[in-house]
Parts: sequence; C-alpha cells; structure tokens
Amino acid sequence: MDSKSSACSSPNPNPTLGPSKLMLAFRFLRALSLVRRTTPASSRTCRGRRIERAAYASMAYTAGASRAWSRAVLRRLHHRARRRAVAPRRLSTTAGNRAEALRRLVPGGGGMDYCTLLEETADYIKCLSMQVELMQGIVDSASSYGP
Amino acid sequence: MPVEMSSRRSSRITDEEISELISKLQSLLPESRRRSMSRASAAKLLKETCSYIKSLHREVGDLSDRLSDLMSTMDSGSPQAEIIRSILRS
Repeated sequence: MDSKSSACSSPNPNPTLGPSKLMLAFRFLRALSLVRRTTPASSRTCRGRRIERAAYASMAYTAGASRAWSRAVLRRLHHRARRRAVAPRRLSTTAGNRAEALRRLVPGGGGMDYCTLLEETADYIKCLSMQVELMQGIVDSASSYGP
Repeated sequence: MPVEMSSRRSSRITDEEISELISKLQSLLPESRRRSMSRASAAKLLKETCSYIKSLHREVGDLSDRLSDLMSTMDSGSPQAEIIRSILRS
C-alpha cells in the first residue's frame, strides 16, 4: 500500500512517451496475485470485479498523477465505499457541453475544457488498449496448458 | 482593428489545434474502425471514439471474468489443476 501511494505522488518521468508496458505488467500481476490470495474461490463474480478494479488501478498508477483521467480513476476507486448510486452529473457550463458523450466515458471528463478533453482521451485510449493487450496476453499464456 | 485581427488569428490557431487533436484520435482507432473514417467529420470521429472506448471497457470486463475463471482452474479440485499438479510432482 505504501509503495503504491509513493508511486502515485511521484511525477511520470516520461509524460510524452507514455506509461511503460513493463511497469504496467508488474503492477497488474502483483495486484492479480493479491486478489487471488484475498478473495475466496467461491465468489467468482466478486473476484472478476476485483480483477477489473485492479486493472483500472494498475492503469492509473502507471499513468501517474500528471493525468487528469488517472487521478479521477484513483479518486473513484478510493471513494468506492462511500459512494452513493451514480446520479447523472450536471455538466459545468464553463466547460461546455461539447462532446457530452465523450465526457461521460473519459474519467474526469466533465470538468475539462474541450482541448484538454481531447488530449486526455488520447492518453486514456492508449493506456486502456495497453491494459487490454496485457490482460489478453496473460489469458493466452495461461490458457496454453489447456487440452 | 489589430485587436480584431489578433482574436481571429488566435481562434484559427485553436481550430487547427483542435483538428490536430481530432486526427490524433482518428489515428488511435484500430484498423477495423478507421476504414470508414477517412473523410469523416469531427462529430463522426468523436462518435466512433466513444464507441471504441465503450468496447475497450467491455473488453476489460470480459478479460477480468476470464482471468477469474483461470484462477478457478488453479484452485484444487479442477481437472486442469490435477494435471498441472501431477506434472509438478513427476
């Protein structure tokens, strides 16, 4: 837990190069083994949802605190216990309602100006697809023991 | 007059900047989605981007379920786990 919070507060040294695949793999695999140790085998759905949260947490920690979307993801994950049911948020009029649908999909998208939203979206997509690639790779290599 | 010109110039720069950002989003779309987007408007590209993000979210969810299933096969009692264990024993 300590190493996670210090990793979050240190700035991403390569903001233009994007998050390192290796760091992402390390974080996610570590989170996976933690989920395996702490979730009872009987609750399959619960474990699936925990793995999903671990995926977004690993993504966000690896992207670092320099991105608005990663900060929003971590805020959402850390306040999960205290959250009420998701109510539709009224978009701030200063940010404008351009690209409303996109604002709802990108974490933290509601409070951004249009330009920032487009930049954050690009980074978010890169990290999301990297995460998907990683998870697919783990599934493929783990499935190779099958019949 | 100079004030008018400078505001026109700055809005042109912002428009260029925005269209650059939108083409960057277009370049991030996978090949299968990019095919129909070659002469698409900004609005259409944003719509396709939204659709792409939703599909990525779904993939994360599906892969999480599959990883959970794979963890189950590692737990005791499953035939695959038995196979792995017997290999490790030999």
